[in-house]
Amino acid sequence: MAEFKKADSMLEWFDQRLGVVNFAKVMMTEYWIPKNINFLWAMGVLLSVLFTFLVVSGIFLLMYYKPDVNMAFDSVNYTIMQEVAYGWLFRHIHAVGASVVFLVIYIHMFTGIYYGSYKKGREMIWISGMLLFVLFSAEGFSGYMLPWGQMSYWAAYVITEIFGGIPVIGDELVVWIRGNFYVSDATLTRFFMLHVLLIPLLIIGAIVLHFYALRFPHVNNEAGEFFDFDEEAEKYKAGDKKGSKVVPFWPVFLSKDFFVLGFFMLFFFYLVFFHYGFAMDAINFDKADGLKTPAHIYPEWYFLWSYEVLRGFFFEIGGISGKDLGLIAFGIANAVFFFMPWLDRSPMVKPANQRPYFKYWFWFMMVDLIVLTVYGKLPPTGANAWVGFASSLTFLTLFAALPFITKAEAKKVGGK
Amino acid sequence: MKEFKILAVIVALVGITYYGIEPYAHHVMHPEVAPADFTFKDLKNVDTSLVGNVENGKVLVEANCIACHSIESVGHPQVMPNADAAASYGVVPPDLSGAGWIYDKNYLANFIYDPVSAMKLQHKFTPESGKAFPMPSYNWMSAQEIMDIVAYLQSVAPTAKSGTESHKKTFEAACGRCHSMAYAGLESTTPIDTIKTYMGATPPDLSQYIKSRGEHYLYSFINDPQVLLPGTAMPRTGLNKKAQEEVIAYMEEIGDRKKAERESLGIWVMIYTLIFAILAYLWKRKIWSEVH
Repeated sequence: MAEFKKADSMLEWFDQRLGVVNFAKVMMTEYWIPKNINFLWAMGVLLSVLFTFLVVSGIFLLMYYKPDVNMAFDSVNYTIMQEVAYGWLFRHIHAVGASVVFLVIYIHMFTGIYYGSYKKGREMIWISGMLLFVLFSAEGFSGYMLPWGQMSYWAAYVITEIFGGIPVIGDELVVWIRGNFYVSDATLTRFFMLHVLLIPLLIIGAIVLHFYALRFPHVNNEAGEFFDFDEEAEKYKAGDKKGSKVVPFWPVFLSKDFFVLGFFMLFFFYLVFFHYGFAMDAINFDKADGLKTPAHIYPEWYFLWSYEVLRGFFFEIGGISGKDLGLIAFGIANAVFFFMPWLDRSPMVKPANQRPYFKYWFWFMMVDLIVLTVYGKLPPTGANAWVGFASSLTFLTLFAALPFITKAEAKKVGGK
Repeated sequence: MKEFKILAVIVALVGITYYGIEPYAHHVMHPEVAPADFTFKDLKNVDTSLVGNVENGKVLVEANCIACHSIESVGHPQVMPNADAAASYGVVPPDLSGAGWIYDKNYLANFIYDPVSAMKLQHKFTPESGKAFPMPSYNWMSAQEIMDIVAYLQSVAPTAKSGTESHKKTFEAACGRCHSMAYAGLESTTPIDTIKTYMGATPPDLSQYIKSRGEHYLYSFINDPQVLLPGTAMPRTGLNKKAQEEVIAYMEEIGDRKKAERESLGIWVMIYTLIFAILAYLWKRKIWSEVH
């Protein structure tokens, strides 16, 4: 055992035992971030803060929530919303936070796509991020069931039903997921477990992986420039703070993030207190009733684009039923973003507006996703169904075309 | 400058999406309907310009109404307990103490003349259905006699008060015979099983209706249920504007009990966050001045 000399300060005492000085250097003061960034680089910190908000508000809700079909609705809408001191505040933060977290995830994700931050060594950052997106989706979906309102019930019914379309095992799989032949108490209890235990654990694990994945290839910058981080870090440490291309995570990078966070929180709390309806659907204030189907069933806004891809195919093509086609398209839509690093075959790491072909692809995709999202909510009747079909087809076509577009771009720019 | 441009692009994309999935989708799924009509101008059986005679109205009410209806405010008690009354009529007959003020005058007069058409329930009480509304039509009375009854009921009605207690009374008189309000501890005065048989389905508990339907919907719906839900067994109740607003106010007081707390706390949290944001901005400027 090593000799320990008597510590002169508390810091030294901890440093001897936990190496806190070095740890703080590695994690904070000598963790280098590019200087050439804009406020979009603050989304990661925004997400960390929102996730913390969700965990903390979730813990308070957990103290009063009852995962039982006979009690769930009133435990949320009466006990938490009316009886518990500030219970309504925790619920509003949780519900609005869950919705806004997806808004920031999408901004974060499309920032990554716009700046090409998923290739040339950054593949694992992208994949761990997409994994987080999928886990957050599962978390959002399972949480939406818990208040046991009409939309909780029917969204659960429709989405679990989707698994029935999987060949051979579909029917058994649906029963296995629901724990019953229909959406029932067993379904609620297991989704409660998923929402408060299993998925949060996986999310925390994936966040650690995501942060870790950033360490080696480093964070991208606004110009997509590659430079030697060690060299720039030495420059910074030697005192050439203005000349160096990097800044330390603490305090420089975080000071900018806190500023962005401050104004973002202003927007967030405005929603929490004064404009929460978009995150708490009116229909969900009717208690779940398996005998009464609501006139319109739709998922939360952040699932609308993929939901529209699912129902965009509504007629038989080439002997395959519309339902199966939709299911296949839905499966592709949910997996295809994982493959961005390989579908984009241009080696260029540049903002999309500096890439001759990719820029069209990017904005086309944004428009298509907005169309899908808007039509995902509207009733799929008449012309709406055809808009849904066209935009779903466009979505798939854009991804099918991406390798060719980027290959052509690589040729044009000569591998730069 | 460049960052503002980026922000503008994001705000535009988010704004367009928001418009599509909220106001626009709402407008498509819930088209605007005719505005609420508190004069009930479709009801024209009784000439309501006639001036009623309170004294004669009293005589008519005592001869025709109190066999079934109580008027507690002038000392006519309930004829039998709620459960028995419900078993006899299908639904507990309303106490008429407040009828003169919660119901619109034109509606009340036409209701006495022919209840089913005033309630717009002709589709339910058809000759083929074998069902009959428990209160008979008084279409054999003269318009003057009906206006005398209306004048009497208005004369005995309490003057309107404000505040939760009065909102609650209005709610109980207008809705409470069929609807429960669990979050206020109110159960429908007609027993649940009886009202289910009478209406064809259990009328919903209204605890969260201010949230699930919203004020805008309720405003049209209570005025005339058939407009938004054609074929519903819920009668048009004929509440005047003031009474309907009291009912909705009560639904909000019970269903959204923390509204005042939410709105006042919201302002403070926003101010706090704004101060944080400004301090964070100043700190950021200081820190970045060293590296730029």
